[in-house]
Amino acid sequence: MTSIDPADSGSWPLWEVFIRSSRGLSHVHAGSLHAPDATMALRNARDLYTRRNEGTSVWVVPAEAIMASDPDSKGGFFESPQGKSYRHATYYTQSEGVKHL
Amino acid sequence: MSFASHDSATRQSQGEAITPEEIASSDAVADEATARYAMILGDDALMLSQRLSSWISRAPELEEDVALANIALDLLGHARFLLTYAGTAWGKTEDDLAYFRDEEEFRSCRLVEQENGDFGRTIARQLIFSTYQHQLYSRLVHSTDPTLAAIADKALKEVQYHQDHAAQWTLRLGLGTEESSRRIQDGLDSLWSYVEELFLDVDPIPALGDVAVLPSSLREDTLHRLREAIEAAGLTVPEMSGAYGSDRTGRFSEQRGYILAEMQVLARQHPGATW
Amino acid sequence: MPEPYRKTLVRQVSQHAHSEIIGMQPEGNWISRAPSLKRKAILMAKVQDEAGHGLYLYSAAETLGTPRDEMFDQLYTGRAKYSSIFNYPARTWADVGAIGWLVDGAAITNQVPLCRASYGPYGRAMVRVCKEESFHQRQGWEILYTLSHGTEEQHQMAQDAVDRFYGPALQMFGPPDSDSPNSGQSMAWNIKRFSNDELRQRFVDMIVPQAEALGLTLPDPDLQWNEERGHYDFGELDWDEFFSVLKGNGPLSRQRLEHYRRARDEGAWVREAAAAYAGRQHQEQAALAGA
Repeated sequence: MTSIDPADSGSWPLWEVFIRSSRGLSHVHAGSLHAPDATMALRNARDLYTRRNEGTSVWVVPAEAIMASDPDSKGGFFESPQGKSYRHATYYTQSEGVKHL
Repeated sequence: MSFASHDSATRQSQGEAITPEEIASSDAVADEATARYAMILGDDALMLSQRLSSWISRAPELEEDVALANIALDLLGHARFLLTYAGTAWGKTEDDLAYFRDEEEFRSCRLVEQENGDFGRTIARQLIFSTYQHQLYSRLVHSTDPTLAAIADKALKEVQYHQDHAAQWTLRLGLGTEESSRRIQDGLDSLWSYVEELFLDVDPIPALGDVAVLPSSLREDTLHRLREAIEAAGLTVPEMSGAYGSDRTGRFSEQRGYILAEMQVLARQHPGATW
Repeated sequence: MPEPYRKTLVRQVSQHAHSEIIGMQPEGNWISRAPSLKRKAILMAKVQDEAGHGLYLYSAAETLGTPRDEMFDQLYTGRAKYSSIFNYPARTWADVGAIGWLVDGAAITNQVPLCRASYGPYGRAMVRVCKEESFHQRQGWEILYTLSHGTEEQHQMAQDAVDRFYGPALQMFGPPDSDSPNSGQSMAWNIKRFSNDELRQRFVDMIVPQAEALGLTLPDPDLQWNEERGHYDFGELDWDEFFSVLKGNGPLSRQRLEHYRRARDEGAWVREAAAAYAGRQHQEQAALAGA
């Protein structure tokens, strides 16, 4: 993981915030914020992103620790699964009308 | 207006906690002594909320504007519960008590009335007061008065967070830079003489038995917790005795008048009006 | 991403963020004097939301490669623009109501279409902003409604606030389309979805019946229903005033900026302390890991 040393720049690094709203759901990206360290980032996230009961669990991740896919190479990166409809249950029609299948 | 509901990170709800309106519309009526006790606690929360709220738009960083506003809002909520309940003894509303009592009728302690000063001093005050409140509410949840116990239950969870917020900042200021360490130490030094007032068993508390929490019973644990937090931050617990006049009457306070002059001005220009 | 698109977007999003931040001040001034504890709580929550909205929007702009400190610096040095309306004073409690009803109302009219803006992070920030803002306008309207139906003095207070905020609120949509240099390009890029005049009309059509429900009048003798157009006609706005305020000559332009600067200046040692503490923790952990 990339590490952050805020004393290098004097300004507070950026954190990405993920909120889980209730049991059974996944954490969802809620937004970002600045904080000097992880402890404060978590508290700031609670204060900023759960003011209306949006969450029961919060994750914070240093923004620079996230490696993102390149938005400009969308085509190549996500082309392969296109057209492979046999990966989906709806592809199989023979069993229509048969129960519990 | 409706928005896509699949975005669970913005799904909102109102929660299930008690509201001041529910206390007002319940059948619970405080007896006079209990009401005077609720007023002591409510006045503390109201004054501190009033002070803290003026940090909004003035905090050291935007994230902290939001954090301090949350704390001020929690405290205002506590004040509203407590003053609403106190008012039931005399047929008065929270606003009657907040806006139409004079200086000498309030029962706030001097610590919460003090000016914000710089962020170091505000955090020093937060540390002291939230540590005290945490001890207080963790005992008041066992009050034999069900309304006070319910209010304490709600307040305790919030005050826990206030205490943590103050302790985290105390660490960062105490161990941050030379300047920050000096500033928060100055804050502690300037406020410390008002700490003893928190533990004085003022009237009517001793007569209330298990309805209330005896302030003197909080002293040891509060001071112990404070010492831990202060020393963990490389700071010194000030050695000084309490300032004279720890009776919450306002006879020994200058700040209360300024706070009320500002807080009450509009309401008093229009007596009897609704807002 | 084409550079002109990025630049325009950063400008639009950061201006919006700055407006939220400066916008905390006029209403924030009334938190300490709010006339009931309930109103005090509502107002505090609202001004806090504005800090939050500023934060969401700065974050969105940051994803476009402009650090937040740089945007703060633009505001600090007076190079950044924000909505001129916040350079007007909030003189009375009714102004808090008028700001909620008219200023937030205008802002929402502007913002709702932006939830479908072409740049994802901006659109997502706007969804959150709009969701939270829906209570802002209602609480403002409710303040005015209560005042309008209160004592004679309160009614006057409400009418006076509406009289002062009506014109500046309509100007929040920006200059007329014929006089708006960047609008066309922004609409083509889908970072702005309707023209200034279209949105202004939509807003006027919305507030006329709302003012009637309030029992207050809007200070425009030319305001009347036009059957043919299916819209309300309204009078010419004072654009000389608008451009003068825009240039920094608003009644409180300097004070708003000074307030902001003072907060940044006085907070500098706190930000440094927290960064220094984090840096030291970081070094200690690194030393432990290396041992």
